[in-house]
Amino acid sequence: MDKSYSAVMSRKTEIMKKAVGIDYNTFEKEGIDFDYEAMMREAGYSLEEIKKIQGETGVGNTPIYELKNLTNLARKMAPEGKGARIFLKDEASNPSGSFKARRAATAVYHAKKLGYKGVIAATSGNYGAAVASQAAMLGLKCIIVQECYDSNGKGQPEIVEKARKCEAYGAEVVQLTVGPELFYSFLNLLEETGYFNASLYTPFGIAGVETLGSELVEQIVEKTGKQPDVVVCTNAGGGNLTGTARGMRKVGAEKVKVVAASVNLKGLHMASDTDFNKKSFTTGHTGFGIPFTTNPDRSDVPRSAARPLRYMDRYVTITQGEVFYMTESLAQLEGLERGPAGNTSLAAAFSIAQEMDQDKIIVVQETEYTGAGKHIQPQLSFARDNGIDLHFGNPRDEVPGKSIILPEHPKMIKAIDLDMDKIRQSYVKNMVKKNSDSKDFTDEELNYIAVETNLTVEEVKGRLK
Amino acid sequence: MLAKKGDWVMVYNIVLEPKDRAPQIPEDTKKVPLEMWIKGFLLEDAKVGEMANIETIVGRKVSGKLIEIHPNHKHNYGNHVPEILQIGKTLKELLFCGEDK
Repeated sequence: MDKSYSAVMSRKTEIMKKAVGIDYNTFEKEGIDFDYEAMMREAGYSLEEIKKIQGETGVGNTPIYELKNLTNLARKMAPEGKGARIFLKDEASNPSGSFKARRAATAVYHAKKLGYKGVIAATSGNYGAAVASQAAMLGLKCIIVQECYDSNGKGQPEIVEKARKCEAYGAEVVQLTVGPELFYSFLNLLEETGYFNASLYTPFGIAGVETLGSELVEQIVEKTGKQPDVVVCTNAGGGNLTGTARGMRKVGAEKVKVVAASVNLKGLHMASDTDFNKKSFTTGHTGFGIPFTTNPDRSDVPRSAARPLRYMDRYVTITQGEVFYMTESLAQLEGLERGPAGNTSLAAAFSIAQEMDQDKIIVVQETEYTGAGKHIQPQLSFARDNGIDLHFGNPRDEVPGKSIILPEHPKMIKAIDLDMDKIRQSYVKNMVKKNSDSKDFTDEELNYIAVETNLTVEEVKGRLK
Repeated sequence: MLAKKGDWVMVYNIVLEPKDRAPQIPEDTKKVPLEMWIKGFLLEDAKVGEMANIETIVGRKVSGKLIEIHPNHKHNYGNHVPEILQIGKTLKELLFCGEDK
């Protein structure tokens, strides 16, 4: 068989169809439209089924903590009467150390049910460890494909640690240098092994996160007697936010405001060899967050089950320095030592809490494990070694790739709002592009765009003028 | 250096030469090849720097340039970053100021 780049890429659709066991055409409708809910219903699992699947491998039911010292600190910075109660869902307590265990549990269960001998995932993040851990539990083989090194062979500490963790669970780890052609190696492996593509973006993967949303609502109600007011989700590919929001709705928490938070990596190109090791965050940043929000169908499956713009009330960014600072704060003031990337939403929540009344509740819905490489100390040491200027100052002066500014005072931590209107506009623009640059949509397509962007049909029409 | 059959080793391959890289990638990335590293058990004795065949932990057969015998993980907690210690100090003073005096 021809294994050249162009030949393998041209076989993409058939390789994928075999490797995920979903015929996405079933859900396609006219033009850009497709039936998202039918896909989630028919290809996914119900909340009850997922609870059972995850329960069998010890996934979920993670503790929720009230961060009393951080709440008090926020109140000291906030105007009189402001400073919501901050809660944290400790997803690091999952078997593989992050919420990704939820996604992997359903994906690997599904692979086993369909009779696949192994699973493959293309990920440099916690999801790799999660898939490897689940595969170990269910007795499947596992290969993880990582973008790990720059052209000097220098590995990002966080990713190198993830490779170690995957190997610890018995997975084969294929490590590559920077570039989107990782997808080519990934397709090659799928074709060679016949394993299941444990994509982050399948209906079962996203449905796996729904329990995170339902659990957190139930826990907050149990602890405080009411539902949370705001839930902050770290946003990259959108699955975390989508799954959590869907899960919350399924237990009747429809009024909770869902806030997306990403680390601001403006100006750093995701596929650049030289920018690669200038980033201190390999996920949860704007480089993934914005493209996936404004055009979800760019993943490794034809239709992504992660569609964050449907559920997002607000989107904020936070700087690298602010996240590192909050990571250290969580250890020092709350006695919880966790990985930096998982604290993106915590940094945002610390700021947003100060806008809210003291009787309100804000929930940070994840944490992740920490260890060598994946910790504030090695990440900052690595940044300094790479010539990044690290110092205390005003976070607003941070330039991604050039400086990391630790806030001189915690009052300087500020979640910066992205313009939701612009984000929606950008989504609409992407749909026009998809529609062969035509603004001529059928009523069904207009309806679809409206649901996707959380706008009315009239508002969508207004944006097409 | 000679590696023995059965040794845990790392092999290296170039997946795409610069000229074969995808058109949409940035210029700096286009100048360098797409490289790949895989670990496994050596299937027959081989010298470092030469082509070798391995079987990975999941049983896949791969060939590539032998570059490391008994590869280990070298990542750690990095060098001391003095600024980190200041964060907790500042926060505790702010939060509990006066209480322990």
